[in-house]
Amino acid sequence: MDFTIKTMAEYAAEGKAPEVLFFVGCMGSFDDRAKKVTKALCKILHKVGVEFAVLGQEESCNGDPAKRAGNEFIFQMMALTNIEIMNAYEVKKIVTACPHCFNIIKNEYPGLGGNYEVMHHTQFLRKLMEEGRLKIEGGSFKGKKITFHDPCYLGRGNGEYEAPRQLLEKLDSELVEMKRCKSNGLCCGAGGAQMFKEPEKGDKDINIERTEEALAMKPNIIATGCPFCNTMLTDGVKHFNNSEVDVRDIAELLAEAEDL
Amino acid sequence: MEYIDNILFFVALVIGFGLFFKSLKEIYRNIQLGKEIDRSDQKPKRWETMARVAMGQSKMTKRPIAGILHVIVYVGFVIINIELLEIIIDGIFGTHRFLAGIMGDSFYSAFTATLEILALLVVIAVVLFFIRRNFYGIKRFQMKELFGWPKNDANWILIIEFALMMAFFTMNGSDWVLQQRAVFSAHGSFPISASIFAPVLQNLSDNGLILMERGAWWFHFLGILFFMNYLYYSKHLHIVLAFPNTWYAKLDPKGKFDNLDSVTKEIKLMMDPNADPYAAQPEADPNAVPEKFGASDIFDLNQVQLLNAYSCTECGRCTAVCPANMTGKKLSPRKIMMDTRDRMEEVGRNINKNGKFVDDGKKLLDDHIQREEVWACTTCNACVEACPVLIDPLSIIIEMRRFLVMEQSAAPQELNQMMTNVENNAAPWQYNQADRLKWATDN
Ligand code: SF4
Ligand code: SF4
Repeated sequence: MDFTIKTMAEYAAEGKAPEVLFFVGCMGSFDDRAKKVTKALCKILHKVGVEFAVLGQEESCNGDPAKRAGNEFIFQMMALTNIEIMNAYEVKKIVTACPHCFNIIKNEYPGLGGNYEVMHHTQFLRKLMEEGRLKIEGGSFKGKKITFHDPCYLGRGNGEYEAPRQLLEKLDSELVEMKRCKSNGLCCGAGGAQMFKEPEKGDKDINIERTEEALAMKPNIIATGCPFCNTMLTDGVKHFNNSEVDVRDIAELLAEAEDL
Repeated sequence: MEYIDNILFFVALVIGFGLFFKSLKEIYRNIQLGKEIDRSDQKPKRWETMARVAMGQSKMTKRPIAGILHVIVYVGFVIINIELLEIIIDGIFGTHRFLAGIMGDSFYSAFTATLEILALLVVIAVVLFFIRRNFYGIKRFQMKELFGWPKNDANWILIIEFALMMAFFTMNGSDWVLQQRAVFSAHGSFPISASIFAPVLQNLSDNGLILMERGAWWFHFLGILFFMNYLYYSKHLHIVLAFPNTWYAKLDPKGKFDNLDSVTKEIKLMMDPNADPYAAQPEADPNAVPEKFGASDIFDLNQVQLLNAYSCTECGRCTAVCPANMTGKKLSPRKIMMDTRDRMEEVGRNINKNGKFVDDGKKLLDDHIQREEVWACTTCNACVEACPVLIDPLSIIIEMRRFLVMEQSAAPQELNQMMTNVENNAAPWQYNQADRLKWATDN
């Protein structure tokens, strides 16, 4: 990237505070595919002129996979570690590109002393758009067909169905809805710590079922807003040997529209 | 001898309601076996939810056909029960069509005519439900967990409702013919009975008709008492419990899970650099039950979860949308709720027999719900979203995971690996925390 990512520690050393903390999350930090989303979001924020920082080495897992697997101890250890650090930096606003980080920090951290205004990146980007700071011209997506897969922890978990769609509509593309969408959306199969284990015995993997449904819409792009969904659907598309369809995060699509 | 009818009626009424309240008390007692949970906040919102979901059936209509049929049966049921009031008064005091005197003839006619039309709609709905449930091949009605009693139960209810409506028409039809013959004084209007049932009844003698009318009247009345008491054994308990169940529903975002306070205390102590590890432990309470994490039996679940289990209609809407279930895994959220209720009833019988619960060597987990089911859940909340009476099967699954992980260290191996990584590396994979910002500089 042609600009440097600043950490909270660096801001603090300058005696300043950024507008927002970008909580990158484990997938966004370590997973090669998700790192691209992380960078795309950084590019957009940089271009728009949002002052943001990350925790960098001071960031810990949000605790979601442990908690959903039933390990409240490890979850709270992680949560309290993060809260201690974020409170020390007097963090007010957080943006994340992962619905699992978003959900847990927004809903489960307050009970442990972590009170922040938390936004999923699609919500934050929509806000920037509404404020006129982010202008989207998606000419390059004209004539493309996009279908959006609702992440459970953004949609059903927190009732946010519109923000991602409002952004996608700006891309001048055709947004097609799968039969199971919004509150009826079908899980990608990764939540609840399933990402980290083999599925139980059955006749099919969940991500295959979901990808099949998405591909039936004959889209050019399957849009996601979650690194877990992204992995699951990418694997699904590979399973069907389909090299035509791209699985992309909304942040990536916007960055591409802006030629970033 | 003159009052024998009234006396018999009164006795039946007292026994019927008496047994019904006894069942309700037992249900209440069994729910009390769970842990207390405070759901008394946001009262206006709770009343609103109950009005919208339980009375307004807002979730039922998501599937329009079933929804509309259900609303018909429901409205019919409520309104036809107003008639029960008249039956009770007539029965105790030996009057006939008591409400006619109060309402005035024209209003009473409108009332009885409305009841007749609703009754006809109920009959149609019940017949369609029966066909749909048994011959339509809808997957959620053909699943293994419904074999036996649950399936028969559903059909019995439809048959009972059908029979009750037939008795209602026979009663009105006979009454109407007798009114025509001026044996009875004329009250009410009966569009359905008069046009469909009366032609057959016309052939009977006056005495035969009086017998018919009384017979159907008694059948209708006893049938309702029977139905009331049948509820205890049936998934149809939801016609009563849907109301408290929706009132106590979770109002937080679905993605929010509770944080265990007992864990917080321990972790805070552990993380507190000023805590003295050698400090004298506070005097331990000898009667304190050691805190148990998660749930392996109904006693560990909270009272709302137990109320949920009694309120489940076994409709399977949850299971139909469950990603694990639809891809052939063993997990079925409906079964989780049915198992919980089965276990609760098992414990209830145990208490009835022994005066208090005597360990029967069984548990909800393993003896009813299998670990394989618990581990297949993606916590996607589709089941919670789908449930027409706001049941939360996911919360029970999570409690069982908590028990398996924190009490038994019995998570699947890969999850143990993941959790170790989170604990040691602050990420679910074996990456070094120092590399967390590498993405910012690599290409
Ligand atoms: S939360 Fe679990 S049980 Fe409920 S629908 Fe999703 S996978 Fe199935
Ligand atoms: S939990 Fe709800 S959706 Fe599932 S079977 Fe019971 S009533 Fe139906």
